[in-house]
Amino acid sequence: MKSALEAIGALATGFATTFKHLFRKPITEEYPEYRRPLPERSRAVIVLTRDPDGGERCVACYLCSAACPVSCISMQSAEREDGRRYARWFRINFARCIYCGLCEEACPTSAIQLTPYFETCERDILKLVYEKEDLLVEHSGKDKEYNFYKYAGVVTEVGDKGAHEREEKPVKIKSNLP
Amino acid sequence: MDWMIGFAILIVKLGVVLVGLLLLAAYLVLLERKFLGRLQIRYGPNRAGKFGLLQPLADTIKMLTKEDIVPEAADRVLFLLAPAVVAAEALLIFAVVPFGASVTLLGKKIPLVITDLNVGLLYVFALASLGVYGVALGGWASNSKYSLLGGIRGAAQMISYELSLGLSLVPIVMLARSFSLLDIVRAQAHYPFILVQPVSFMIFFISAMAETKRIPFDLPEAENELGAGYHTEYSGMRFGLFFLGEYVNLQVFGALVAVFFLGGWRGPFLPPVVWFLIKILVISILMIWVRGTLPRLRYDQLMHLGWKVLVPLALLNIVATGFVLLIIG
Repeated sequence: MKSALEAIGALATGFATTFKHLFRKPITEEYPEYRRPLPERSRAVIVLTRDPDGGERCVACYLCSAACPVSCISMQSAEREDGRRYARWFRINFARCIYCGLCEEACPTSAIQLTPYFETCERDILKLVYEKEDLLVEHSGKDKEYNFYKYAGVVTEVGDKGAHEREEKPVKIKSNLP
Repeated sequence: MDWMIGFAILIVKLGVVLVGLLLLAAYLVLLERKFLGRLQIRYGPNRAGKFGLLQPLADTIKMLTKEDIVPEAADRVLFLLAPAVVAAEALLIFAVVPFGASVTLLGKKIPLVITDLNVGLLYVFALASLGVYGVALGGWASNSKYSLLGGIRGAAQMISYELSLGLSLVPIVMLARSFSLLDIVRAQAHYPFILVQPVSFMIFFISAMAETKRIPFDLPEAENELGAGYHTEYSGMRFGLFFLGEYVNLQVFGALVAVFFLGGWRGPFLPPVVWFLIKILVISILMIWVRGTLPRLRYDQLMHLGWKVLVPLALLNIVATGFVLLIIG
């Protein structure tokens, strides 16, 4: 008998609780009307930045493509006449992208950088495949001064042998014998 | 000529009741989703139309246009038949439920019930137990382990609760001295039976929730254990029929509670049909509130409640009622 009373008490408490909830304001955030302010450093869609001199930073090293856990990045590398590498085409499928940011971490030249834009929703799924032209931006994002070819020991228009930053003049191997 | 008019009236009544039941079922789904949402401090559907009022329409279109999949290993005939059994059974019960006193139209008295069987109560029970065939057959014909488990659970549960459901209404029959639902409502002219039979009401209400397979008695479905139980393999409008059956059942049992305990269509000021609808809605909202509050029972708890609590209680209630009736005369 006591346990039956206890059970009825417990039931009454439960019903009272749900009844009280009926008059609470719903905690739902209704998305298109209310956009929750994103955290300052939230990151989503990638862009391809340029170096301060206006050249494409991407050297088509495939590291982002290899790092991508959902394999949504693909590209074709090519080389300019002066020895500078670039991507002939660079394609990312945002329908598959999970915004993990591993491509940015993998990128050795700061070409891939992340933006907070995440609302890439489309009815036609093929519109989510972004080409290089869609991704390239006209600024260098963070690392404003950085230009990979100023440091790389590769001969390009940016620098000849020995002309790069933190690089010494080439040693003449024929004349520096002891 | 006379029978022609009678036939026409019958057809019109059938149409009105059918359309009313289906419409109400569609909007009960919306009501349930909205109300449940508010119990869980969210909004519920509010995108299709103002306040989500077109949601039932959107759902119907979605279900009608979805692919109707029949699993390869399924027993095709039974698989296709089972949802129809559930939906038809639920709709047929309403044939004996009176939803208003008779109206006089063009000098002709029209009772607001499709057919007043003198064994209406037995008819209700017969059809209510038929509903379990839909569940058990659907579960078995799907040829899937989850469906089968759901079907078996459904059969066991509904047979157990059928008993207390039937026994809980014996005192009502003793008071009304009739099996006809119309007579039962007439017998409540002075006071609704819930005042003299509260125990009976509780037993009937709990058993009705078990019969309609609603939380806390939704073991045949049990989403988080069995996928979707007996209708795991169903899709499109066949699933829709199960869904429809469930919500028509909700209305039917709401209506039965109103007829047996709340005085049917009786009420002050408003027209009888409106009162009847209000009573159905109140019972439905009560059931949704229960759904929003209680967790699902464990299987042994379910059987314990059915056989060891409700059935003995119902039997005691019958004896007590008989005793009192004998003393009063």
